[in-house]
Amino acid sequence: MQFGVFTVGDVTVDPTNGREPTEGERIKAMVTIALKAEEVGLDVFATGEHHNPPFVPSSPTTMLGYIAARTERLLLSTATTLITTNDPVKIAEDYAMLQHLADGRVDLMMGRGNTGPVYPWFGQDIRNGIPLAIENYDLLRRLWREDVVDWKGRFRTPLQSFTSTPRPLDDVPPFVWHGSIRSPEIAEQAAYYGDGFFANHIFWPAEHTRRMVGLYRQRFEHYGHGSADQAIVGLGGQVFMRRNSQDAVREFRPYFDNAPVYGHGPSLEEFTAQTPLTVGSPQEVIDKTLGFRDYVGDYQRQLFLLDHAGLPLKTVLEQLDLLGEEVVPVLRKEFESLRPAHVPLAPTHASLRAAARASADDRASNDDAAVTGAEAGQ
Amino acid sequence: MTVRTLAVVSAGLSQPSSTRLLADQLAAATRDELVGHGEQVELRPIELREYAHDIVNHLLTGFPAEPLRQVLEQVTGADGLIAVTPIFNASYSGLFKSFFDLVDADAIGGRPVLIGATGGTARHSLALEHALRPMFTYLRAVVLPTAVFAAPEDWSGGTAQGALRSRIDRAAGELAGQVHRAAPARGPADPFALTTDFEQLLRGPDA
Repeated sequence: MQFGVFTVGDVTVDPTNGREPTEGERIKAMVTIALKAEEVGLDVFATGEHHNPPFVPSSPTTMLGYIAARTERLLLSTATTLITTNDPVKIAEDYAMLQHLADGRVDLMMGRGNTGPVYPWFGQDIRNGIPLAIENYDLLRRLWREDVVDWKGRFRTPLQSFTSTPRPLDDVPPFVWHGSIRSPEIAEQAAYYGDGFFANHIFWPAEHTRRMVGLYRQRFEHYGHGSADQAIVGLGGQVFMRRNSQDAVREFRPYFDNAPVYGHGPSLEEFTAQTPLTVGSPQEVIDKTLGFRDYVGDYQRQLFLLDHAGLPLKTVLEQLDLLGEEVVPVLRKEFESLRPAHVPLAPTHASLRAAARASADDRASNDDAAVTGAEAGQ
Repeated sequence: MTVRTLAVVSAGLSQPSSTRLLADQLAAATRDELVGHGEQVELRPIELREYAHDIVNHLLTGFPAEPLRQVLEQVTGADGLIAVTPIFNASYSGLFKSFFDLVDADAIGGRPVLIGATGGTARHSLALEHALRPMFTYLRAVVLPTAVFAAPEDWSGGTAQGALRSRIDRAAGELAGQVHRAAPARGPADPFALTTDFEQLLRGPDA
């Protein structure tokens, strides 16, 4: 199983001292968090993509390319890439380029974006969110899989004899996840292509996640990609830890009470009971995270949100230490011991390349067999 | 025999409140009418005051806490709805509106609704017509012709007699008639159900 962090990239005032980081500080902090994630033994760093304040990551491949150059093992991903307002041609180019520079340590998570005013800035309309996600992604897949593409659709100028360059590394497109909170169409999309499905999970009741993942698994099997329990599932999670549970609650409460998403609403206690948020000791985080498996089944990727609500970088790095030293090693062992042999791990560039070669070899030997058969018939 | 359910939403703030008193009288009169039609009736009284925090939290977080989720399902799954609010500043109370803002736009479509209100003076009575009726019409509910407003003078003597009594009975008759004639409610829609398959999505709306 893969473990990592995902970041929204928000610039938020620290409610305990009124300090707001500059955009530059926040960008550098995101990079520091990514480098730290590798240092403490995590597998994945995923950045959000936004085109409006108070968010900084408008150019994910610039940031991920820089992180790629400064890391060795870390898998670089997104949470999410806006498949609605980005040109799919540019996504194909940018992420193939990143794939080469990062030696294949790249995958992506598609998302729609839920901020209405952003769409028209890019010539689109939020009311077309689902149709845009469907059409753009279908084109993106073709651009990565077909050397020359002729294409015509509803939302973008047609393509004549277009070749997206560079071609994907080893002719293996990056693995794709589709992220959604409660749009059954997106679970259906992920299932149709046999892609991964990532349930945001955080800020929402577990019941949403259970229903969405259940639908995705059922449709994954329907479309013939394997049994329902072999579908590729990722989950978000949100934690704040200190060695003593009470210290965690005391320190996190002002951040919780003023957080952009849920602040000034439910109490910390209500929200931790209703959603995956865990504020407490590393052991409490371990227990709650292991419990996710009870309602989504064996899954492949767990990303944690650590750096939001104005938490200072120093605190976030301490969280990463606890995660890497005390939480993830236990989770790795426990989840692995529970995973049945027929449930796959998350695809990586290496595993996808091996699978592509194996199927090419299969085809070649079938062709040989056909030739031999023809000769025998003579 | 099917039991017909009536959700009785009251947005009164004081306890006891005249809003709840009016809601109870409308509910009892409707129940009696339905029993007269040979129906079995289950009343589901809902005091919004008890869910005030959960209502605000849902507005902020986008999902209901469990007790509020159950109440929303009671409303969207009922055969008929009685909705009564105090009139504040010439319109429904903020709590009343906030609650119905959490009801999906098509969740009570076609369902009969009896609207009622209470106020400090009879001069507020048309708020029923210019505020409550359009809101429920937007929700595509069937708002019954008789809306019931109770002013302080209607309560004189402690129980609703005379003009108010006759309005309550007329409104209850209308609601009971609608509920009696309609097929039983099918219960709340499933927001996670897949309504289209992917080939269809891929072909787009024009195909």
